[in-house]
Amino acid sequence: MESIKQFGQYSLLLYQALRSVTEFSTYRKNLFSEFVKVGYESIPIIILTGFFTGAVLTLQTAYQLDTDLYPSSIVGSIVGQSILIELAAVIGGLVLAGKVGARISTELGTMRVSEQIDALESMGFNSVTFLVIPRVLAGICMFPILYVTAASMGIIGGIIAGAVDGILPAAEFMVGAREFFYPEDVVFGIIKSIVFGFVITSISCYKGYYAFGGAEGVGNATTQATVLGCIFVILTDFILAAVLL
Amino acid sequence: MIEIKNLTKSFGSNLIWKDVSFRIEDGETLAVIGKSGCGKSVLLKHLNALLYPDSGKIIIDGQDLFCLSYSELRIMRKRFGILFQGSALFDSISTFENVAFPLRYFTDQSEEEIRDNVEQALEMVNLEGAGDKATSSLSGGMRKRVGVARAIILKPQYLLYDEPTSGLDPQTSEEINELIVHMADSLDITSIVITHDMHSVLSIAEKVAFLSEQQLCWFGSVEDMKDSDQPDLIDFITASEYQIKND
Repeated sequence: MESIKQFGQYSLLLYQALRSVTEFSTYRKNLFSEFVKVGYESIPIIILTGFFTGAVLTLQTAYQLDTDLYPSSIVGSIVGQSILIELAAVIGGLVLAGKVGARISTELGTMRVSEQIDALESMGFNSVTFLVIPRVLAGICMFPILYVTAASMGIIGGIIAGAVDGILPAAEFMVGAREFFYPEDVVFGIIKSIVFGFVITSISCYKGYYAFGGAEGVGNATTQATVLGCIFVILTDFILAAVLL
Repeated sequence: MIEIKNLTKSFGSNLIWKDVSFRIEDGETLAVIGKSGCGKSVLLKHLNALLYPDSGKIIIDGQDLFCLSYSELRIMRKRFGILFQGSALFDSISTFENVAFPLRYFTDQSEEEIRDNVEQALEMVNLEGAGDKATSSLSGGMRKRVGVARAIILKPQYLLYDEPTSGLDPQTSEEINELIVHMADSLDITSIVITHDMHSVLSIAEKVAFLSEQQLCWFGSVEDMKDSDQPDLIDFITASEYQIKND
């Protein structure tokens, strides 16, 4: 029963946000700062995660295919495609559910329990327009850029790991990666990242916006936002794979 | 004029108060008093439709607050300024920007006009030159003052104060009381002050509403309150006098 109530509340929040999305002047300033916080400030963690995901995947793929049956360039094919279709978006999504999701829910939760959201409303602001829309839009716009960054770094990580470990030279890795490169895989990855951006930011906004109960309440909201963000990344990943592949 | 008619509020099965009715005339300063947890702040949030009642009405200058559409409500809310209990300052921006915040979004004022108005508002609350300070570096009393400056910046018709002196030392409390009186006099504002501080009530209020036992137990002028024979109110006043003497 509580889940249904929460889903209703979440839907209502999104409906309110959608209705006031045209009030651009209200959230213009916030939108730019959210682009920076969600996008620019996430680049280091995304570079790190993407790079090592590609590197580890190369080492493990080479270990599993340690046979003369396949050309070594197959490692590049598998790593390239795995990163583009799945890993860059999903691992990036899970990392951002922690980093971005936790920040948003904590920020809004603290604003709620310290009456800053009430203060906004009491001044005549639409707090949903002011707080929720820029964060969700930043998620939708910035996650694809972070996906492209993660994917690029994953492939670079794979190339470097392969070359340094003596598994396969960079040129051979690229031959394999190019052989099984389909542009629609990138489109699929971008679609995934847009959906993940929306899911993570909207859930975090919802949990933070309706936080209650002081510091403990904000802590609970942040935990729930992060956990739900991760769960829904995995869930939507499955749904998108089933529908789009 | 604000008319509260038969207001009833509960959270789940927990009844806060029922059938609360009273009227606040323009230019008056009303103190809403009662024990902690009796629903004073809940009442204040109803006056700005931050909370909605189970039943009853609040009529503000002939308009039923709870029948307004959201866009009408946003216009109505601009006629109110609120000082929240914890001041509710935006901690990501400076003191100046906190006060300038409503001006930037709701007026077409130039940067120079905004600066003049903010400085004037800060001067009114005796905080000249504090605009550059981070809100986190302000003391409790200063935060309340900034809250008042922000609340009056759009020249509201009604000013609501939620526990303006709670957590402050007696001297700072006195300064805040003087500020409330000064605001009411100089800006011709109708003020509603939520408090349990009887010293504040005697300093600032003309009328008093006493909430107890989940209802409005007593309503009248400060002079009449002193002669009241309402037992809960007498207990409340006696306890407050005892506390003042001990302090």
